[in-house]
Amino acid sequence: MSFIHDTLFIFRRQVRLILRNPAFLTIGLLQPILYLVLFGPLLTKLPAGTLTGGSGTGGTAEAYRFFVPGLLIQLALFGSTFVGFAIISDWRAGVIERYRVTPVSRVSILAGRVLRDVVMLIIQSIVLILAGVAFGLRAPLPAVLLGFVFIVLVAIGLASVSYAVALLMKSEDAFAPLINSVVVPLILLSGIMLPLTLGPGWLQGVARISPFRYIIDAMRDAYAGHYSGPIMVEGVAVAVGMAAVLLWLGSRVFVRENA
Amino acid sequence: MSIIEASGLTRTFTSRKRTVHAVRGVDLTVDDGEIVGFLGPNGAGKTTTLRMLTTLLRPTSGTAVVAGADLLRDPLGVRKRIGFVPQAIGQTQGGTSDECLVIEELLDQGEAYRIPRAEAERRAAALIAQLDLTGLGRRLVKTLSGGQRRRLEIALGLVHQPPLVFLDEPTTGLDPQSRSNMWQHIRALRADLNTTVFLTTHYLEEADALCDRVFIIDHGVIVATGTPDELKRQVSGDVVTLRVNGATEMARSLLAAEPVVRDVSAADGELRLTVGHGEEALPVLLRVLDGAGITMSAISLSRPTLDDVFLTLTGRSLRDDSPGGSGADDGAPGELADASAGAGTRE
Repeated sequence: MSFIHDTLFIFRRQVRLILRNPAFLTIGLLQPILYLVLFGPLLTKLPAGTLTGGSGTGGTAEAYRFFVPGLLIQLALFGSTFVGFAIISDWRAGVIERYRVTPVSRVSILAGRVLRDVVMLIIQSIVLILAGVAFGLRAPLPAVLLGFVFIVLVAIGLASVSYAVALLMKSEDAFAPLINSVVVPLILLSGIMLPLTLGPGWLQGVARISPFRYIIDAMRDAYAGHYSGPIMVEGVAVAVGMAAVLLWLGSRVFVRENA
Repeated sequence: MSIIEASGLTRTFTSRKRTVHAVRGVDLTVDDGEIVGFLGPNGAGKTTTLRMLTTLLRPTSGTAVVAGADLLRDPLGVRKRIGFVPQAIGQTQGGTSDECLVIEELLDQGEAYRIPRAEAERRAAALIAQLDLTGLGRRLVKTLSGGQRRRLEIALGLVHQPPLVFLDEPTTGLDPQSRSNMWQHIRALRADLNTTVFLTTHYLEEADALCDRVFIIDHGVIVATGTPDELKRQVSGDVVTLRVNGATEMARSLLAAEPVVRDVSAADGELRLTVGHGEEALPVLLRVLDGAGITMSAISLSRPTLDDVFLTLTGRSLRDDSPGGSGADDGAPGELADASAGAGTRE
């Protein structure tokens, strides 16, 4: 099928390009690893149940089952929203236009890049999880795998929309502040560092607008061994819905006759 | 057989409540195997037209058949059959990635057109030799010189051996030597592969040296078409300047009576004649003067340049890049350029 062929073709090209400068992958990992090493230990001394809302066992196990899913989402969120930068320089080099005049599917020009980003994110996440295990993370394997499904969905949606917005803006100077002003509030409202249940009522209310909040809650539930219930249903619905809508929006930009 | 047949192409950009008619109705026909040049000042609609013909921009109205495929109904068919080399100046560069090896760009381009790997390797090797890139296959694109990089970009447009290739300002930014070298490569395209070449250019000498036919576009419409020689004649004819020994007045009246001479003026003992076809007029003039026993001390024939044509047709010089030099009826050229850039294109 031509879409799959073209997507894999763009994917291979993009993988080759990133492996030529693999520093970016390491830089992306640096931040969550620092949080894991320098912030994670602060959570291990909290009273039992603080992080889980009452039912936890406390200590290292509870701390990392809470913290690692948050860091994984943070990695996906930062990593995927910033991918758009690369397409601005590609656009400036005329590479995007060159491919738009070949028979390569225009959706594949997006999809191949997103696939590359997803694969790179999975590799980074495995490193992060292994580092978490070294610090004392203990989680069931099905939960870890389910966690990958969540971060892949997050990455598909955010990377698509990041590429699309970057291609529309065509300027790094405009793109960087925009991304920061969207991502930082979303991170803060998602309860990545500390549970939102510690906050006052108004903050918990505002946090309902962050889709990542539902996804993180579902991931943490899974890491604690719960795979069903309303939190999981909400998390899966939000993750799938967001990925579908953002991927659709991103594709629209790439197939436009004028971009 | 025509390979491009466009009629009534228009493109309107709307940005911030302003509507700009970048292209107002372009009709053009290009025959198989021609090298045609598209000339126009900045903001004339040159690049917008090129972007419509290469499926990068959807026309607001109008139709075109490009390389046998309908532009609106079958853009994929058009893309399969044309080569496109983006311009390498301005907002975007010519389409190569700094971090790729030369050979990777060529093989990737082959894969984009679904050319089997072995065949793509053969063609890449042939193009490397043909475009003087020998020994550069394993080099990173960013290490190439400007001329080498431009030749690679041309090569990328040829990997799938298209019958029609669009070159957007192929030599802009190159030094004179690389430019004339590029002209030879473009001529060879037609000579060796019968490729039709549609190029835009800022350089009148390029159009003159390279193109069988020239389209001049201004304010979104084509204002003149023809071979470079036809266009020059259409505008002002050739100029013959001659100096006679004595008898200037007699020579003047004798020559003025000849039907090939459109106009004669005398100044400082020199006669300045405007004629239709210089090379046909010269023998006639010589015979007339010789018959009358008038001897000449000097004679020269000069042709109008395409720049003269341009100036006559558009009221501005093609070299004059500064916008706003001429008052346009509804939107100076500078405004056109700004507005179309805002709408996601460039001119």
